[in-house]
Amino acid sequence: MKNGRDPVIVGLADAPIEDGKFVTKASVLGHAALVAKAAVEEAGLTLDDVDGLLTAGMWGVPGPGQLATVTLGEYLNIMPTYVDGTNIGGSAFEAHVAHAAMALREGYCEVALIVYSSDQKSLRSRNLGGRPSVLSMQHETPYGMPTPVGGYAMAAQRHMHEYGTTSENLAEIAVATRKWAQLNPAATRRDPLTVDDVLSSTMISEPLHLLDCCLVTDGAGAIVMTTAERARDLKTKPVAVKGYGEAHTHWAIGEMPDLARLLPAQKAGETAMKMAGVSHSDIDVVEVYDSFTVTVLLTLEALGFCKIGEGGDFVSGQRTAPGGAFPMNTNGGGLSALHPGMYGMFLLIEASRQLRGVCGDRQVAGAETALVHGTGGTLSSGATVILQKD
Amino acid sequence: MSTEKPLPVIDHDSAPYWEAAHEGRLDIPLCGDCGKHHFYPRAICPHCHSDNLKFDTVSGRGEVHTFTIARRPAGPAFADDVPYVVALIELEEGPRMMSRIQTDDPESVRIGAKVEVTFVKATDEITFPYFRMT
Ligand SMILES: [Zn+2]
Repeated sequence: MKNGRDPVIVGLADAPIEDGKFVTKASVLGHAALVAKAAVEEAGLTLDDVDGLLTAGMWGVPGPGQLATVTLGEYLNIMPTYVDGTNIGGSAFEAHVAHAAMALREGYCEVALIVYSSDQKSLRSRNLGGRPSVLSMQHETPYGMPTPVGGYAMAAQRHMHEYGTTSENLAEIAVATRKWAQLNPAATRRDPLTVDDVLSSTMISEPLHLLDCCLVTDGAGAIVMTTAERARDLKTKPVAVKGYGEAHTHWAIGEMPDLARLLPAQKAGETAMKMAGVSHSDIDVVEVYDSFTVTVLLTLEALGFCKIGEGGDFVSGQRTAPGGAFPMNTNGGGLSALHPGMYGMFLLIEASRQLRGVCGDRQVAGAETALVHGTGGTLSSGATVILQKD
Repeated sequence: MSTEKPLPVIDHDSAPYWEAAHEGRLDIPLCGDCGKHHFYPRAICPHCHSDNLKFDTVSGRGEVHTFTIARRPAGPAFADDVPYVVALIELEEGPRMMSRIQTDDPESVRIGAKVEVTFVKATDEITFPYFRMT
């Protein structure tokens, strides 16, 4: 049943990057502001229309980044009356879409702005290994745990042990994703890639190679949501938010309940698909977080696109590449397009653009329903969003 | 950047565990209500949420649940250790704990390999429980 307060996405924007770095000269908050302005203006709104502000990031901590929505609101000089600073890692923005959707339905806000920005590449600041060994990390960091790759490597190792998954299976994902990047002029890495290239790239944390790992880039993105009713007067064609779900299980990888099985994705995916009333065969395009190749494998299994343990077979034969049966990570993903620390924002932007039908060479023909799934932390959190062409 | 290895920031939950390790024992919490051990040490049992807990000296035996061979160090402090094996050990008593496998042959480590604890002194205050294959 359609309702005037059904949540929709009406504005999208991302910042241009070149060689992984911002083109524009601005601070990390400056880039947040620039994409926020572009996203609201695309819809025919202004920043003064925004009454819901949602953000998560890694800037300004310790310091003003600890109160991220407050600091961003100040920079934009707006007074939001609904805010959400939920930070569950790179999946935070999928959770933000869910939370904004509920606030919009409830009438708690009219125009919700979700923003992310990171200048980690320009700052050379990605140094998770330097985190202090407090609380649960006192039992991992001192052993030289490579963070975050070591945790993903341990999950991959376990999956290989239990199900016979191979490094070739994982490499198929990197290769297919690169083929999508080659169709996206904005992607950072567009040179050809083979399975052998992945397998012969530097071993980082066994069994994961350099080319099993995402890029490290800058990036900023923004999404504007409002109600279906309000969207009728706006400039863009709305994308409907039909379902959502979220869950998390652990921070330290040693606390992951089952290292070969991504429980948060299973829970979030079930919840979102049930709410949307869709089944797997209804999904035309899939955007899932690819921090590492193994993240994708675990996610596809947990979401139920194949059985647990059969992810290796599922991604074989370039099934997820352009022209394959299962179009996935169509912008080139975190592996080849961009990965500014918390990538989930860009999954949502790409899925929405696919449903708008504006993706040029990489457009998935007839894309009407998209599944987006973010993963955060060290396989810690998961949040799913089902989007539909209105 | 500091090249000193990170040391645990000990708190009230973990102090008895680190004190025991420094004295050559592997002591982890045991629940007086559900009878299960847990790790890392908490103020309430993660299985049944009871606060009726005491530290118990365990066997120090277990097996490799999963592991990675770090070919790139986790920061400059670990550069001299490469390649080294970080492993998640499943103790005979049930809980899993992160540690290192002490070995001259990282390639020989397998999931399911039997291991036992060995204590490696880091400073005058801190001793780490490492494991070696048996
Ligand atoms: Zn208990």
